[in-house]
Amino acid sequence: MSKYKMHLLVCGGTGCRASESDLIVENLKKELEEKGLQNEVQVIMTGCFGFCEKGPIVKVMPDNTFYTQVKPEDAPIIVAEHVIKGRKVARLLYTDPTKKEHVSDSKHMGFYRKQIRIALRNCGFINPENIDEYIARDGYMALGKALQEMTPEQVIDVIKKSGLRGRGGAGFPTGLKWEIASKNKADQKYVVCNADEGDPGAFMDRSVLEGDPHSVLEAMAICGYSIGATKGLIYIRAEYPLAIKRLQVALKQAREYGVLGKDIFGSGFDFDIEMRYGAGAFVCGEETALIHSMEGQRGEPTNKPPFPAESGFLGKPSNVNNVETFANVPVIMLKGPEWFSSIGTEKSKGTKVFALAGKINNVGLIEVPMGTTLREVIFEIGGGIKNGKKFKAVQTGGPSGGCLTEKHLDLPIDYDNLIAAGSMMGSGGMIVMDEDDCMVSIAKFFLEFTVEESCGKCSPCRIGNKRLHELLNHITKGHGTMADLERLKNMSLVIKDTALCGLGQTSPNPVLSTMNNFWDEYIAHVVDKRCPAGQCRDLMQYSINAEKCVGCTACARACPVGAITGERKEPHSINTAICIKCGACFEKCKFNAVVIS
Amino acid sequence: METVKLTIDNKQIEVQKGTTILKAAREMGIDIPTLCYMELHDMNIENKPGGCRICVVEVQGRRNLVPACITKCDEGMVVRTHNPRVLNARRIVMEFILSDHPKDCLTCAKSGQCDLQNMAIRLGIRDIPNQDISEMSTYRLDTSPSIIRDLDKCIMCRRCEMMCNEVQTVGALSAFKRGFMAAVAPAFEQNLEQSPCTYCGQCVAVCPTGALTEVDNTPQVLRALADPSKTVVVQTAPAVRAALGEEFGMEPGTLVTGKMVASLRALGFDYVFDTDFAADLTIMEEGTELLGRVSKFLKGDKDVKLPILTSCCPGWVNFFEHNFPELKDVPSTAKSPQQMFGAIAKTYFADKINIKREDMVVVSIMPCLAKKYESQREEFSVNGNPDVDFSISTRELAAFIKQANIDFNNLPDEEFDRPLGESTGAAVIFGNTGGVIEAAVRTAYELYTGKKLEKVEYAQLRGMEGVRSATIDFNGLPLNIGIAHGLSNARKLLDDVKAGKSNFHAIEVMACPGGCIGGGGQPLHHGDSSILKARAKAIYQEDANKPIRKSHENPYIKQLYEEFLGEPNSEKAHHLLHTHYFDKKKKIIVKP
Amino acid sequence: MGKLKSLADLKKIQEEARSKLDLRVKGDNPENYVQIKVAMATCGIASGAKEIMDFLVEELDKRGIGALVTQTGCMGYCYAEPTIEVTLPNQEPVVFGYVDLRKADEIIEKYIKNGELVDGIIPVNYEKVD
Repeated sequence: MSKYKMHLLVCGGTGCRASESDLIVENLKKELEEKGLQNEVQVIMTGCFGFCEKGPIVKVMPDNTFYTQVKPEDAPIIVAEHVIKGRKVARLLYTDPTKKEHVSDSKHMGFYRKQIRIALRNCGFINPENIDEYIARDGYMALGKALQEMTPEQVIDVIKKSGLRGRGGAGFPTGLKWEIASKNKADQKYVVCNADEGDPGAFMDRSVLEGDPHSVLEAMAICGYSIGATKGLIYIRAEYPLAIKRLQVALKQAREYGVLGKDIFGSGFDFDIEMRYGAGAFVCGEETALIHSMEGQRGEPTNKPPFPAESGFLGKPSNVNNVETFANVPVIMLKGPEWFSSIGTEKSKGTKVFALAGKINNVGLIEVPMGTTLREVIFEIGGGIKNGKKFKAVQTGGPSGGCLTEKHLDLPIDYDNLIAAGSMMGSGGMIVMDEDDCMVSIAKFFLEFTVEESCGKCSPCRIGNKRLHELLNHITKGHGTMADLERLKNMSLVIKDTALCGLGQTSPNPVLSTMNNFWDEYIAHVVDKRCPAGQCRDLMQYSINAEKCVGCTACARACPVGAITGERKEPHSINTAICIKCGACFEKCKFNAVVIS
Repeated sequence: METVKLTIDNKQIEVQKGTTILKAAREMGIDIPTLCYMELHDMNIENKPGGCRICVVEVQGRRNLVPACITKCDEGMVVRTHNPRVLNARRIVMEFILSDHPKDCLTCAKSGQCDLQNMAIRLGIRDIPNQDISEMSTYRLDTSPSIIRDLDKCIMCRRCEMMCNEVQTVGALSAFKRGFMAAVAPAFEQNLEQSPCTYCGQCVAVCPTGALTEVDNTPQVLRALADPSKTVVVQTAPAVRAALGEEFGMEPGTLVTGKMVASLRALGFDYVFDTDFAADLTIMEEGTELLGRVSKFLKGDKDVKLPILTSCCPGWVNFFEHNFPELKDVPSTAKSPQQMFGAIAKTYFADKINIKREDMVVVSIMPCLAKKYESQREEFSVNGNPDVDFSISTRELAAFIKQANIDFNNLPDEEFDRPLGESTGAAVIFGNTGGVIEAAVRTAYELYTGKKLEKVEYAQLRGMEGVRSATIDFNGLPLNIGIAHGLSNARKLLDDVKAGKSNFHAIEVMACPGGCIGGGGQPLHHGDSSILKARAKAIYQEDANKPIRKSHENPYIKQLYEEFLGEPNSEKAHHLLHTHYFDKKKKIIVKP
Repeated sequence: MGKLKSLADLKKIQEEARSKLDLRVKGDNPENYVQIKVAMATCGIASGAKEIMDFLVEELDKRGIGALVTQTGCMGYCYAEPTIEVTLPNQEPVVFGYVDLRKADEIIEKYIKNGELVDGIIPVNYEKVD
């Protein structure tokens, strides 16, 4: 058996694959073969490393070199210099933006230093399409331990003691959820994994499923044992083809080894998992809508109670948990609940995976202990605001959440703190905004999403959200009044109070939160007819700086409505009454004379 | 029986465990407003999507308001049904619904009997803000022979979907699209005509707005009445006389036969006849057919089709042709009373008064919307001239009477014209579920046994349960009768027939819950099932009041056979009064 | 391997698989292991450093010593090639020169196993900026 002396780990997350990381793998393999090194150097495609801003990532082990922004053409030089000669390829190393130095070990990077990867423990480390690698990392030991050494009640007790709370957004105590399902008697129960991940910009679950699918399968089996379910269902959105493929491979391998199927580890416990695919509906991430979608019905939520633990899939008790929640289970079982609850805050234990997006330098996936402050996340891990702009707000929880501002920067992140601050944890999306983002526009943007995704069953969400959106549009066009602001607030509160499911109950959150924290911006839009951030086009004024204008008439010719007048070689002027703010003159002017204010 | 104690609006109440807040409140005399919720009590029909959010109430301890129609009472619950928070929420939700609804109340067919309009009045809505920037969800209009779909007015209450899928198992309607444009329509937004719709009209009967209404044929009737060259003959179905009075403020279950006849005469119809006459005729034809098959069966004929199925309900016939076309030799070949009447009126009666077929216009007043479609079936016409020209519903007749400023309530009772206006008690009970078969039994018994039937009422055939069965002793021969009303129940019995497991000799099917008295063209019940029960009671009362209660004893029927038809199932009777059925399974078209 | 019928079966797979993943585990936490860097620049390769590296990898594994053997560029001691830098856990790195197979074996038995210094140590004459 030849032992590999070097492992080249190439990130196979969708982000890096979009930048041809699969070609990197191919080229590396080809290069190594040409040099006769294919038996000494192993090339492995792993899950997401998280540092998506700097992808594609290639990590060289065992010397722990972290290469960033690698291209397929770089394969020959990596092999020639690093593999053969042992010299790191400097131009592919990460450069610390403040110290301006190369950092080759990811442990020393600002991005990684404060992260504790628990749910993502295997992402970027193992080949997700090889069950042996998962097993090498204690895979399926937790299931074995549960089946051979513990009773179902003891398993539930461990999860309860750990303090694990649902990572899908609501944060319901997982152990308690399992306990309720275990107590309901039925001839058949189900374990359901919610892999719909509908929040725009969120890809935490996708990364876990692409990078470490077995962790979810093992957790579902453990859950099944504890509540008395023999069947599991994974509801995954069809827009995740790679995650689907990885899960299918994992299921096949798990069944081959008998860790899924009949009589697992000779314990007499049966458990197997089916996959079900979504069809492009955000509302099907809501657990009752998800269940109805799996039953073949229209994906509409139904009123709760009864909750799925009592009456779920096909009317049977079903435990529905998010992917990330499940990913934490095997390691809690092995390392013990005390270890898990030693991380995090008093009421929010463990870590949380966040997807950092927006106007931030280090866009990517991070996992930090609960209690990490927003400042640490945005400025240390996130590397601060892009292009040196000023931080304005961060939206957490996607379209269901609210925005947090400068005064919240030292808030330790946990479920209750975020709710108290007018937002919510949500599934983990964090969108960072800077001084150029208009908060009224942001609220409108999120409403656009929820209006599109509403199922239409209940009046407040079906019609109310639409009206909210129309009113926001009205305001961003400069036609809003103070009465409109009052109406926005009242409509939002009523929609929150009367909507049937979580989608409608949280869709007004961006409106209320931005109104609360950025009231002055709303006033500016409505009273001054001005957009302070400079984003709402209809509130902008186009004018010509007479000092810069040379009278070339290029703008006047470009104007589709004839709003620009002026003599040749004389400064021109724009008639704002006619101007439709299309920006054509701005594009045309070579002298920077057109001013947008 | 476990109970729970709770407090609603500061008053304590104890209710059975599992009772909803809505029902508990009603027990206390608190009427929480509802819109999408509908329950036909005792008939196993309930619509509770919990979607309109009008009935929301505050429950102490819960973060949000909850819908009273589906939230079950818990021990110690404290509920407030009309505090400022609830009133504000209800008003805003109503404004939302109205903001996406056409504002044409003045000309809407539903005006004056629209649940949404009534709710807007009740909630005191005076203003719908920002209408100038509010988009409306609009759709194309769909007209079929019987039903008009105006989806602009759909409020997604899901009542029609529930009736069509659960109560009728027809499956012509379901929710489509998502979000703001969501509404309820046939699959792929096809027209009703291309869908498996049976035109039973139950969707129209429960729709709270003007989204689903009947086709209005009164203009055509008016034109016929205005045409001096036409002799306009009208026939009235049994179920109409037990419900028409409701449209004029009378108590449900008031029999208004005399006034109905008087008002029709006042409207200008040349002859006011009774569909009940044709019902007696149907019994003659169908009863003979039944006995014919039973005799063959008793003699050992293995090919004879039993059970025989009644065929007077066009919604049922449609359902049959769509779903069980392989059994199309099984139902009776007898036409419905409406169609038999038309056939006889335009031949026998036209001859009697010496006018040409083309100069006679036959109008029917029906509790049913499928009758409009039935009258247009090609096989029910001669050289393009239909046996029944127009069919209008009870609702349309009431509107017509009002338009003609006839003071219905103060009309003196009048009698039907002869010969086609005389009927027996057996005919009038056609309006109720179980009535057709009871009428058939009264005649078949005497014809088969040769004995006189002393007790004509068969209680075991009456009632509101969806599927009923009884065995009637025909002097030693036990005749097994099955009865179903509501097409889901019909489906159950037909599945058995298809599988060869049916033990019945005869099955009566009515598509509408309750029978014709609950038809799609009747005055709207707005979810009050006691109205249906009152109408049924009135029908049985009319039967009890009749001097003659068996169809074969109707002297005018006897006269018809003597003078014209010969005998039941004769060649002439067959030609005029019988029909056959079609395989319509493939006719459900889905255009891409 | 067919179906795993017991925890013992699982553990067998685990052991096998772990050895394959060893390299990455060690790479992530090198301080826990004996770290050996083998100079593999031109002079190193010319003097047979590759053979030494292969030997070290196999022997350390055979003798059950948890070690991380990597190759590195020119350490500067071209006159004494093959050179290896050995860092025991929590200790300063020590560079050995003129390492042939016999020397490598000695270094394993004496220095790595017992901490006994062996002949041929080259004093470090530069600082590393890590």
